Amino acid sequence: MEQATWITDISMMHYLYLAVILFAIGIAGIFLNRRNLITILMSIEIMLIAVNINFVTFSTYYSNLEAQVFTIFILTVAAAEAAIGLAILVALYRNINTIDVRKINKLKG
Amino acid sequence: MSAFFYLFAFFSIFAATMVISVRNSVHGVLYLIFTFLNIAGLFILLGAEYIALTLIIVYVGAVAVLFLFVVMMLNIEMEAVRRSFIKYFPLGIIVVLIFIGLLSAAYMKQNQYKLNHPNTGTLITAKIETGHRSNIKELGKILYTDHFLSFQLCGLILFAAMLGAIVLTLSHSKKVRRQSIKQQTMRKPNETVQLVDVPSKAGLNVKY
Repeated sequence: MEQATWITDISMMHYLYLAVILFAIGIAGIFLNRRNLITILMSIEIMLIAVNINFVTFSTYYSNLEAQVFTIFILTVAAAEAAIGLAILVALYRNINTIDVRKINKLKG
Repeated sequence: MSAFFYLFAFFSIFAATMVISVRNSVHGVLYLIFTFLNIAGLFILLGAEYIALTLIIVYVGAVAVLFLFVVMMLNIEMEAVRRSFIKYFPLGIIVVLIFIGLLSAAYMKQNQYKLNHPNTGTLITAKIETGHRSNIKELGKILYTDHFLSFQLCGLILFAAMLGAIVLTLSHSKKVRRQSIKQQTMRKPNETVQLVDVPSKAGLNVKY
């Protein structure tokens, strides 16, 4: 019973492994996806939030609040990048009328 | 207490997997919102309640809603063919497993760290405070003093993003008539009024 405390005691490594798995799911979402561009943007958001988990975990377990300050910056950049990415998507859709990833293969429209 | 961690972790992994594998994009965005909510719950478990609520407000309330707007605005067909998914699936699994394996190997070198106490301390301050301490209060103490420059640069980043989004998507329709203030204020007195001799029973070709 003593050795199974890794189940009931949540340590820093639990959160870090969770962040790794979420980051890997985000990566898989980018290159397993042949459907639409929005899935790629959503996978990028998943990757960013996995990194956020990492930062907040380190902030808690090392009692340093600067990591949470950096989390706010990551949040800001993620929101800005999502806005610009979607604006580019809308502008692209106006030109080629599809968001299929396979069709975006011409350099000059 | 640890059941909450496993609950939030399991649901966030499940929802993230569903984000990338559902056919309907609207369902994908809703699963993304579910992921964000579960990760906000994890942040509250870590003692960062301000970050958790900011996540809900900014990520769910702004970014995910933006995604929903765009998904509903564009005419996205639900993908009927899953051939390409199956073709790339082995390579995808291999790459994901290699990635997880590499990072886990890096993590194995660490000792096990246990959680001390959530609100142990702020950044390197000599003054020990008693009383009610909240995440947002402690964050405010260093965000507006030590990291003021980064905070202002965040504002600049958001401003640049706003500019970019407007420039990319704003388009004037040519059929709608608009005022040109510059043209109106720069007209000369001698071209405002024009005296024309109109012959009777014949019209006048007026140019706008």
